Amino acid sequence: MREQESSSGSSTLGRGTVLPLWFDQLLKLLATGGAVTGIYVVLLVFFGASPKTIASGYMPEQPIPYSHALHVGELGLDCRYCHTTVEKAAFAAIPPTQTCMNCHERVFPESPDLEPVRTSFATGLPVNWVKVHDLPDYVYFNHSAHVTRGISCVSCHGRIDRMVEVYQHEPLNMGWCLRCHRNPARNLRPVDRVTDLGWGLDRSEEEKDSQGREIMKGLGLLDTEGNPTERMTLLTNCSTCHR
Amino acid sequence: MKDLKGFINPNLTPGWESPETLNTWDKPGSRTPLIGAGNTDATVTEKVCRVIEGPPTIGWIIFFLISASALSLLGILVPYLIFTGVGVWGVNNPVGWGYAIVNFVFWVGIGHAGTLISAILFLFRQKWRTSINRAAEAMTIFAVICAGLFPGIHVGRVWFAYWMFPIPNQMELWPNFRSPLLWDVFAVGTYFTVSLLFWYMGMLPDLASVRDRAKEKIRKVAYSVLSLGWTGSNRQWHNYERAYLLLAALATPLVLSVHSVVSFDFAISQVPGWHSTIFPPYFVAGAIFSGFAMVMTLVVPARHLFGLKDVITMRHLENMNKIIMVTGMIVGYAYLVEFFIAWYSGNEVEKFTFLNRALGPYAWAYWIMVSCNVLTPQIFWFKKMRTNLKVMFIVSIFVNIGMWFERFVIVISSLANDYLPSAWDYYRPTIVDVGILIGSFGLFFTLFSLFCRFLPFVAMYEVKGVIAGQEHAERQEESAGSSTEEGASPATAMT
Repeated sequence: MREQESSSGSSTLGRGTVLPLWFDQLLKLLATGGAVTGIYVVLLVFFGASPKTIASGYMPEQPIPYSHALHVGELGLDCRYCHTTVEKAAFAAIPPTQTCMNCHERVFPESPDLEPVRTSFATGLPVNWVKVHDLPDYVYFNHSAHVTRGISCVSCHGRIDRMVEVYQHEPLNMGWCLRCHRNPARNLRPVDRVTDLGWGLDRSEEEKDSQGREIMKGLGLLDTEGNPTERMTLLTNCSTCHR
Repeated sequence: MKDLKGFINPNLTPGWESPETLNTWDKPGSRTPLIGAGNTDATVTEKVCRVIEGPPTIGWIIFFLISASALSLLGILVPYLIFTGVGVWGVNNPVGWGYAIVNFVFWVGIGHAGTLISAILFLFRQKWRTSINRAAEAMTIFAVICAGLFPGIHVGRVWFAYWMFPIPNQMELWPNFRSPLLWDVFAVGTYFTVSLLFWYMGMLPDLASVRDRAKEKIRKVAYSVLSLGWTGSNRQWHNYERAYLLLAALATPLVLSVHSVVSFDFAISQVPGWHSTIFPPYFVAGAIFSGFAMVMTLVVPARHLFGLKDVITMRHLENMNKIIMVTGMIVGYAYLVEFFIAWYSGNEVEKFTFLNRALGPYAWAYWIMVSCNVLTPQIFWFKKMRTNLKVMFIVSIFVNIGMWFERFVIVISSLANDYLPSAWDYYRPTIVDVGILIGSFGLFFTLFSLFCRFLPFVAMYEVKGVIAGQEHAERQEESAGSSTEEGASPATAMT
């Protein structure tokens, strides 16, 4: 029989464990506490650090209370009237003050809200608009590549035509990009409807899917039988967005 | 000289001497005792426990301070690396895997002996494992900690090190499951977890012994918590030995899998000199080789310093030397086969790579590797040499150096001269590379010296089992001897 060796010296504390009985209770408490804390931390990180929580809804204050809801939604300006380069360049241009003054030389020329526009027009210094949709520098997003192939502004920016002040509607994280890059069908529409933000929202998901797949065939992403082509793999190639 | 010994280790109290035990003879028909004569359960407990019960010895303090200074080098250089970037290392095109990966493979390799000794030798009922398994397992844990450091800092942007693990993330990307680098994360992670559990579980009865002997309150409470309420009841022993056996069986395949997977990091790629099917067995043999050498490096001074010469006896050391010799020859065989296959394959690039290793710009490293790993262990053919403490200590150091250079040769020489001659370059480590290597040794030895100071160095309860077996065998031999005499006399009477 193997047994514990008794101490050679006489121990004042005696043999065996010296832990009090409540130590068992403490252990149970610690174990439960640890498990609960673990779950709490996981949930906290999952929801708290989710891009939906920390990135969506960003609405900085702009120097001029310009309302997209008024200009686009009510008056019917096309996106491209101001963001002129969106179909040709990677960057969707912020309009120069001259674009505002096309109308505002005559419309509300005295409005105090438009003071920064008039100052800018007189001095030639641009208005300090605050960028809302700001991607990391290592992502090369190209507006023209999306817009000219039938991805609407609304897919990434939301219903700008209903926003009094512009805010970030989507999380714009990589997973969100990839969800569309892996299967873009439901976000595709005829190219001439790209800036019509309210277009086709009442279609059923099946309709969006079947119409989108037809457009994908036209773009060469699917072959005539509807199978993904080599070109489709480029959508999820690392260097398509990170160079 | 005697005064100096007392100065280095005042714990060598009279009455508990540990004489050198020369139990390396073999007598046909009987087992050579593993543990020095005169040892009982009580002396083993006393000898092992006094190492951690008395005040720290001067020798230990000096060793600890040297290790801790080397560790502080790591504490300075790793933040410097993180805040400055991997440019402080010598890595560049074409050698993108420098010292960090060399050190990683080296340390993972070191970590192999522990589980081999504790699990495989346990399953094969090799009783000589008992005196060295605790220290070897501790060494394993610390070596894997050192190894784990390197992939973490090698990723460059340390704050993204978690990308190595398959954690759901906002990018909605997984690591590449087809990449051996990911398998590595699992292999090393599993190995560390199982080794740690095995080591800790194997220590429970001994921790309880230390607890029972403790005289101060804090000490008593600390070891009470650590020993998880072990009382040594029959039922506990029954469950314990079952669980230990199962864990040993679980740990055994890991000994082979970890370094196989580490070798895949190289073998799966297309680089000449790496893309080879011999890599898994070659790496596993090398790992066991280097692991045993490191155990030897640690145990030879430790048994002297802690007065355990008749607990960790010459027999243990000789057996380890035999394993070092065998695995050294397997490694040497692998070196030869690599050359043979390079020639036999008819592949020009492969042929060039191996000639380049032996004769090219890294020939110095290659021949250090060959002479340390293949030639030096051959001295163990002679019994006089494999039972000579100074010789085995020096050989173990040589093997450690040689095995580090083996990884250096594999990683560096293949990358420096691969398919594209216009991209060839000569890799030079920087002072930071060298500092981090020294720092990793600091981490290893600091952890090991803390282990020596606070946890039982030898698996006492297992050694006691060996002593019981020894006594039993002796008694049997005596009675067998007397019975033949008795049996002989009636026979003579008959005639």
